[in-house]
Amino acid sequence: MTDDQQLRVSKIKNGTVIDHIAGGQALNVLAILGIDGGSGDALSVAMNVPSDRLGKKDIVKIEGRELSQAEVDVLSLIAPAASINIVREYDVVEKHRVERPEVVEGVLECPNHNCISTKDEPVESRFAVTDDGVRCEYCETIIRDDLPAHILVE
Amino acid sequence: MRHDHIISAKQLSRADIEEVLDHAATIAADPTAFADRHSDTLLGLLFFEPSTRTKMSFATAMKRLGGDIVDMGSVESSSVKKGESLADTVRVVEGYADALVLRHPMEGSAKMASEFVDVPLVNAGDGAGQHPTQTLLDLYTIRENAGFDDLTIGIMGDLKYGRTVHSLAHALTTVDAHQHFISPESLQLPRSVRYDLHEQGADVREHTDLDEILPALDVLYVTRIQRERFPDESEYREVAGQYQIDTGTLDAAKDDLTVMHPLPRVDEIAHEVDRTDHAKYFEQAHNGVPVRMALLDLILGGEPR
Ligand SMILES: [Zn+2]
Repeated sequence: MTDDQQLRVSKIKNGTVIDHIAGGQALNVLAILGIDGGSGDALSVAMNVPSDRLGKKDIVKIEGRELSQAEVDVLSLIAPAASINIVREYDVVEKHRVERPEVVEGVLECPNHNCISTKDEPVESRFAVTDDGVRCEYCETIIRDDLPAHILVE
Repeated sequence: MRHDHIISAKQLSRADIEEVLDHAATIAADPTAFADRHSDTLLGLLFFEPSTRTKMSFATAMKRLGGDIVDMGSVESSSVKKGESLADTVRVVEGYADALVLRHPMEGSAKMASEFVDVPLVNAGDGAGQHPTQTLLDLYTIRENAGFDDLTIGIMGDLKYGRTVHSLAHALTTVDAHQHFISPESLQLPRSVRYDLHEQGADVREHTDLDEILPALDVLYVTRIQRERFPDESEYREVAGQYQIDTGTLDAAKDDLTVMHPLPRVDEIAHEVDRTDHAKYFEQAHNGVPVRMALLDLILGGEPR
């Protein structure tokens, strides 16, 4: 089955399709996006689907939501091969690969409770993206594992 | 020096370090020649936690350059107590002073504050983060006593929380020193520092026992193991006792071993060591003035007038 056919199988009207997530990471992607199904919008998740490129991949389709660049940036940290399809009126109007950014801003919370970025100051958290994790640009704390646990809740 | 703000020892190249130390040596040789150097300059001292010595050292350095200081005073008596953000405080004080010195209990505070001001800002310690001027005076003392060539240094004590250690390790890597870290396992270097040292290709070894490395050392840098890091007193006593040195300990050391300590000490160096030629910690503390004079002179535009 081609990607195109797969998209047709359960088309969404408006929203985002995230394809080519590494197998097993879909639930972390949802966690990063703060999606728990509670909004009532349609959400479909396919996990461990055979894929030529990844062996096994996950797909997430989110009705009624277009991802921001900040969200795509963080997504890239746990799903570096993902492609993002923005859908309006059943058509894919934008399709792009995620790119690993050099810096992610305002998305992750520093786990160091003594870090100035966690206090009531007029700055956003800022993490440099390293080869195998991220690093707070204020206190230099490194996060390697469990990135979703550090997503800032709004 | 091309840096407006001095936030971390990591930003200092070997050339930067040599420039500051050479300038400090020039100043130390004839301090009076610099007495009117910055007579129009006001240095803003923002100390959000008590550190009498570091503050006095900066104040002395500025006054010896002919300038003066404006001091925020204690946190208890300032608007900080009313909940003003650090970003607001530095933006206000920037209007009074030509350069700022910040000591703050939180990691990353100097970096953040520097993003809000145009005048040079010097980090005088940010929580367990960095303390670059301490590092510069440490390096000055090391260079004066042991030199930088083929230097073997042991750094002992609380390596996990000791910000002077973190700054120093970066800088020692810049001068290609052989570094030995001696600590209880629970107080080893934090991950972020290990990461940097690894990235820089530093020559680093870790030990829990001083004896195995002491005879090879040119410099032994001792830090305090803080009681409050341990859940109970007996655990602290057991660990701390292993990292105390006296003249007996130093029998195994080279005759010209330099013993340093950022001070204040508690009981990690016995007072009897003070009378030996090894003891350089008071000299180290005094070096803070010429080194800070040199740094201030350079960031304030230290071209000869
Ligand atoms: Zn941080």
